[in-house]
Amino acid sequence: MSSPPSSLKAELWQPNRERSQLIQSIVKWIFGLFALVSVATTIGIVLTLIFETIGFFQEISLWKYLTDTRWTPLFPSANFGIFVLISATVMTSGIAILVALPLGLLSAICLSLYATPKMRGILKPILEILAGVPTIVYGFFAVLFVTPLLQKFIPGLQGFNALSAGIVLGIMITPLVASLSEDAIYAVPGSLRDSAYALGATKRETIISVILPAALSGIVSSFILAISRAIGETMIVTLAAGQNPTLGFNPFVPVMTMTAFIVQASSGDTPAGSLAYRTLFAVGMTLFLLTLILNLFSFWFVRRFREKYD
Amino acid sequence: MTSQISDRPTPNKNTLFRPNLSNRYNLDRVFAIATWAAVALAVAVLAILILDILVQGLPQLSGDFLNSFPSRKPEQAGIKAALAGTIWVMVLVAVTAFPLGVGAGIFLEEFAEDNWLTKIIEININNLAGVPSIIYGLLGLTVFVRILEPITGGRSVLSGSLTLALLILPIIIVSTREALRAVPDSLRLAGLALGATKWQVIWEQILPIALPGILTGTILALSRAIGETAPLIVVGAVTFIRSVPTGLQSSFTVMPIQIFNWIGRPQVEFHHIAATGIIVLMTVLLIMNASAIFLRNKFQNKDV
Repeated sequence: MSSPPSSLKAELWQPNRERSQLIQSIVKWIFGLFALVSVATTIGIVLTLIFETIGFFQEISLWKYLTDTRWTPLFPSANFGIFVLISATVMTSGIAILVALPLGLLSAICLSLYATPKMRGILKPILEILAGVPTIVYGFFAVLFVTPLLQKFIPGLQGFNALSAGIVLGIMITPLVASLSEDAIYAVPGSLRDSAYALGATKRETIISVILPAALSGIVSSFILAISRAIGETMIVTLAAGQNPTLGFNPFVPVMTMTAFIVQASSGDTPAGSLAYRTLFAVGMTLFLLTLILNLFSFWFVRRFREKYD
Repeated sequence: MTSQISDRPTPNKNTLFRPNLSNRYNLDRVFAIATWAAVALAVAVLAILILDILVQGLPQLSGDFLNSFPSRKPEQAGIKAALAGTIWVMVLVAVTAFPLGVGAGIFLEEFAEDNWLTKIIEININNLAGVPSIIYGLLGLTVFVRILEPITGGRSVLSGSLTLALLILPIIIVSTREALRAVPDSLRLAGLALGATKWQVIWEQILPIALPGILTGTILALSRAIGETAPLIVVGAVTFIRSVPTGLQSSFTVMPIQIFNWIGRPQVEFHHIAATGIIVLMTVLLIMNASAIFLRNKFQNKDV
């Protein structure tokens, strides 16, 4: 009706566009730099490992590193046979996947195809708790519960051994296998399952000959990721498998994995620039390359063998 | 005609279709039981693990345990230094990783154009999640403990926290992006239509709605950092310390490392207090996870 008093006109909202735009571009730049921190992390990891590893290989030949059969880096007569550590890592991870493969895959089948939604709502969070337990707790469990328990059945079992470390490692990665395999099973279209039923297949036959083959790429990649996780795991193997570098695949005696060596060497006094210090990084590099290859292989496998349905 | 009929093969018992249903259904039952057994085994292991820790650890749990420094005598040993160290680490990791992760998440989700640099950053974040945590320890040892020693003070609580912050950064970035993606586009368009800049829309409209999701992800990432042991051993947390950190450059220990130290001792009494330490650690983690779930449920039903 009446126009606003003229005195108010000056107080009318005047958007300061330039200022807003300036703030926006500052924010954008800062956040962009934040995003680059993750790239810097990767570059940092690679550079640190390469730099110290080159220093290591100037003192120890790559040939000796790969072929020596003893690992005694802290002794006066030092030997650097990385396969001693790799054999232990392969053994503990191998036992772990033997446990996690059936346990995780069957759990995934149960949760996605057998359990009612209500049961699933209870069981799934329990498996997630299992995934969230700190590894130090698993280490405690392995060395002070599983090992004494196994010793009752296996008389020759030593206090530190690859077997109980591997079993507990397997329990640790079971939730990972289960949840990734479950995702893969869910991605199989219902029409495939219905067709199998319509042809007269029972539920088990449908699962084994239709659903699992269709979900295979996802399931295999979950196994590979789980193996990679097991290889990089530290506390369980350090506590339960012991710190005794022995070459071979006897699961009943103490062994030393790559991660356990890194813990042992960095708990002691390793001055920067010494050979022991560089050995840390050479082992770290080996570990990094192994897990990187497995991770890349897993991504490649999913892309290469994924069954596409419309 | 007759010859044709006689040409037909005589029905062979082996080629006849026999459904053999009872046998197949029995196998089905065995299979179903096997899958349930796998889940039951996983649940049972969790139950045994918790029971074992409670039985061994609960008797020593007391105010004295929380309020004493570690000791060579198991009956006097406590977790005060480690608990204080864990709280220091938690706060430092939160104040560094939260702004970095949320900022990077906002950039990637809202600002970044779809170009090669963005793609590299995305692939890189996925790859970082697969790097073993002990490798981060080696990174921290070189960068924070050695190169940045004048700032961090070497093997200090700051070096350890920064290492863990880098470790959980990818988790925070991914959960920030997911939370932002869940906010409907109509809100952004409405804000832009009113003349706001992109950043004004994000700050005033999108972030408040996405915040509960971001916080949930951050708390879960923090609880991962609290449980980590290996990178901190490499960075140089001390296993036996009779003081709480007094500044960013103090030497420190955290609960998992204190527990690691106790497990490694030969006396059974120390194994029992290791279990007590685990109870304290798991309680802290439980509180963090419960608050994350509470946040998620409280804000999930709020309509946007």
